[in-house]
Amino acid sequence: MSTQELTYLFVGLSFALYIGIAFWSRARSTTDFYVAGKGVNPLANGMATAADWMSAASFISMAGLIAFMGKDGSVYLMGWTGGYVLLALLLAPYLRKFGQFTVPDFIGTRYYSRTARLVAVLCLIFVSFTYVAGQMRGVGIVFSRFLEVDINQGVIIGMIIVFFYAVLGGMKGITYTQVAQYCVLIFAYLVPAIFISILMTGNPIPQLGFGDTIIDSPTYLLDKLDQVTLELGFPAYTENIKSNIDIFCITAALMFGTAGLPHVIVRFFTVPKVSDARKSAGYALVFIALLYTTAPAVGAFARVNFIDSVQDTKYVDAPSWFKNWENIGLISWNDKNNDGIIRYEAGNAFKDGRPKFIDELGQSGERMTANTSDISNQNEVYIDRDIMVLANPEIANLPGWVIALVAAGGLAAALSTAAGLLLVISAAISHDLLRKTFKPDITDKQELLYARLAAALAIFIAGLFGIYPPGFVAQVVAFAFGLAAATIFPALFLGIFSKTINKEGAISGMLVGLIFTFSYIAYFKFINPSLNQEENWLFGISPEGIGFLGMILNFFTAIVVSRFYLPPPTEVKQMVETIRQP
Amino acid sequence: MEKLALKAYWKANIKILISLLLVWFLASFGFGILWSDELDQIQIGGFKLGFWFAQQGSIYIFVLLIFIYVHLMNKLDQKYKKQISQELNRK
Repeated sequence: MSTQELTYLFVGLSFALYIGIAFWSRARSTTDFYVAGKGVNPLANGMATAADWMSAASFISMAGLIAFMGKDGSVYLMGWTGGYVLLALLLAPYLRKFGQFTVPDFIGTRYYSRTARLVAVLCLIFVSFTYVAGQMRGVGIVFSRFLEVDINQGVIIGMIIVFFYAVLGGMKGITYTQVAQYCVLIFAYLVPAIFISILMTGNPIPQLGFGDTIIDSPTYLLDKLDQVTLELGFPAYTENIKSNIDIFCITAALMFGTAGLPHVIVRFFTVPKVSDARKSAGYALVFIALLYTTAPAVGAFARVNFIDSVQDTKYVDAPSWFKNWENIGLISWNDKNNDGIIRYEAGNAFKDGRPKFIDELGQSGERMTANTSDISNQNEVYIDRDIMVLANPEIANLPGWVIALVAAGGLAAALSTAAGLLLVISAAISHDLLRKTFKPDITDKQELLYARLAAALAIFIAGLFGIYPPGFVAQVVAFAFGLAAATIFPALFLGIFSKTINKEGAISGMLVGLIFTFSYIAYFKFINPSLNQEENWLFGISPEGIGFLGMILNFFTAIVVSRFYLPPPTEVKQMVETIRQP
Repeated sequence: MEKLALKAYWKANIKILISLLLVWFLASFGFGILWSDELDQIQIGGFKLGFWFAQQGSIYIFVLLIFIYVHLMNKLDQKYKKQISQELNRK
């Protein structure tokens, strides 16, 4: 069978499996729909959490980012795993004990205020939609490259699948589908990584392989990588370029943001007991760590392989993956010196960012662009970092079935995360906005209907994001984590660990965190992107890391403002006592 | 009496949290970021130590920390429940 047929087979089989599970685990009540009846086994919940968490960004983009950022890429590795320690120790058990459906539920009850609930809903919807947009782009990339269907058709197929199991099954359907999706995605990630590790270092464990010597040579892989990157004018692979304070703040913003992400937190509402919530966070991190410790190995292998197979090759002899990705527009070659040989080194191929292809072919048959050539350096290659994981098996010449597997894995990662997010959005609308705020008299059955309608609407909007992708998807990711860290995390933490924080304190804290973080990111990313450089940043903190400062401001404001108003009523203090009990 | 038991439970809980979070901070922000360059002077196999902590070690330690926490809390929960039931028996 050809790679193409294998891909159709693998993707088709995995989709059939997801739909089958959705039928088997339909939701029958709001408890089923929002929190899977609170009956999920902690191990299964750990797997589902891992699939929910590991998105198209983790599966498709992260190793590629690390491949090109080197040691600076560690912020993602530490940031997106360390948050689980905070979640397990500081939030999950207590929120499970509280025992309701959504994150705004807790904030609304603990701060005895509708306004607090609404501010939480606002942050939640913003964070979740930002995230969904990225997933849909991931689905589009995988479909267009591997199944050779139009990106729009790909997005619509993805929407229908998610619609099926999210609207029918709610949290229950999503949880059990995610267990299956985890298995697909982790298998798809590890198999090529193990193959490549054996090919390059002879060591079958990628986590050890990238610290090993290159096969048939006494040189360590990372030493070679340092040497090659330096020769090509890049900073050494294992050295930081960003300043320590910026790395510190980005890591912290990602960690606290992770712990404050609503779609992750609600996962811990689905287990039967408080002790299960703790255990479940541990399992989730094990399943996540499996991919996250492999990713830096994949990144290092990919960088070496990429340089080896492209550098100083004649374009006409370039490997087929190079041309395949060029056809989709994610690689471009700008033959600056017209010698027909690919030259890759530090610097930009074009002055003006992404390639804008025109309908013409150059001397060697490469796709021409309307961009201005950047003649301050000799680099001729534009490469989108998002393709490294997807292209890796081809770059390493692995068999067709591995490539097909990676396509199915990428889709599993994108769809599982999209479903989890859509559910959180729908619960925020049907439960927090309708039932608890504007239409308190609806019945359980009506609420379930509204929840399904809201999920369908959210899927539709997410699909639109996929078909008409806003140009700012990459820029707004900083928003999602920064805002979660600066708004939701402090409100939850203080709600549990302090009895004196009142509604005035919490609301002003959230608003200060929200406005500060939002304005800082908006200023540097949208209003004045040309000023987005280290010398203009506050204390040298980039927009990606500013959520950490926003969080500190939130804590400070909440504590100070609380002193000037009445302490929380007795029943709230009692509630805090109760959630602290095992 | 139940209140006293809860107070002791909460105090013990906070102590566990602080000590585990200290390790969490050291493993990531400490070894992976702040002192990473110094640790990079030490090389084990193909890995510089600071680089290894930033891309591998910190993650393993995070996993360990959660399971240690689960273990300690389960023990603490049992102790608390025993205390409470003893109180009830005495009454």
